[in-house]
Amino acid sequence: MHARADTPSENAQSWPEDIFGVLQRFDVRQVPYVPDAGHSQLIERVLGAPSMRAVPLTTEEEGVALLAGAWAGGQRGVLLMQSSGVGNCINMLSLTQIFRFPFLTLVTMRGEWGEFNPWQVPMGSSTAGVFELSGIKVLRASSPDEVREVVEAGAGQAYNACTPTAVLLSQRLIGAKVFTK
Amino acid sequence: MSNTNLLERRAVVASLLKDRKRTIAVGGLGASTYDIAAAGDHDRNFYLWGAMGGAVMIGLGIALAQPKLPVVVITGDGEMLMGMGSLATVGLQKPGNLSIVVLDNEVYGETGGQASHTAATADLVGIARCCGIADARALATMAEVEAFALLMQDVSSGPRFASVKIDSANLERVLSNRDGAFIVSRIRGALGFQPI
Repeated sequence: MHARADTPSENAQSWPEDIFGVLQRFDVRQVPYVPDAGHSQLIERVLGAPSMRAVPLTTEEEGVALLAGAWAGGQRGVLLMQSSGVGNCINMLSLTQIFRFPFLTLVTMRGEWGEFNPWQVPMGSSTAGVFELSGIKVLRASSPDEVREVVEAGAGQAYNACTPTAVLLSQRLIGAKVFTK
Repeated sequence: MSNTNLLERRAVVASLLKDRKRTIAVGGLGASTYDIAAAGDHDRNFYLWGAMGGAVMIGLGIALAQPKLPVVVITGDGEMLMGMGSLATVGLQKPGNLSIVVLDNEVYGETGGQASHTAATADLVGIARCCGIADARALATMAEVEAFALLMQDVSSGPRFASVKIDSANLERVLSNRDGAFIVSRIRGALGFQPI
């Protein structure tokens, strides 16, 4: 287990850069997010990318609806959130089946692999199940060297086959958040 | 609540969409979708039959993707209250081409007419303005509705928000099509996008 960096500059990783590269290659234009420390490096990259529109949300379900609108308007998007936000999306996830649009979300996992905070565990434990019950395919990346190909596969099936997909980024990959030094 | 100055919802929506030109119209779950259908089916109509609280965000997604097209979200007070955070998200993004119109009858008409928060305390115009939507107004006359319809065509001066207090009478439903994949494909087709 390694510690999660609180800011991108503390401990820059290569896998967020891999994700950013995949999103660029798939011409992803709208990137709604609720911040998570595990996504902070990627969010910084998106905020600095002229071809992408970062859209901070007040709650994650907004992002599902935003991406449906983006698709109707001819753009691809990706929703960035942490596992606790998945529960906030459940009814809105209906849209992925109703519109059959290319939904992709990248979810940083909490509540597993050395978690300190018990409040993260219930939703983290049900995250994959919630997606599956909602008709969304679940992929998972747990080590830095597999992130690129897993996200690439997720983006490919979402955008090319309109198969709604969630890629879970394991806490083992990101590092458990450290509350006490 | 009795008020003799309430506008009639079908007349309001018909007026908003009369000279819509290239406008994309998003209708929230419930009566506002019927109102849009009553004004005439259109290949740029985005009808919602669910996803309560999502209408404004769908409108925002379209508006950001198509910044030169007018986009109007027409929804009800209950649907707007459920997605209130989306007003903060719109206030931050400031899409110049997005207009939001709430048809406020102060009740949940689809479910038996239970009072909504706007009947007593919640002020949606104030909420929208405090979320950073500087052009937030109440429309009280058909002349004001007509002026707003013209303003909607200006894709650089939004986002704008309007609340229209309307009569709470339940009108006969005018059912739009409700196949989501069809609705979205039709809009994409109208904008020149192909199926996958």
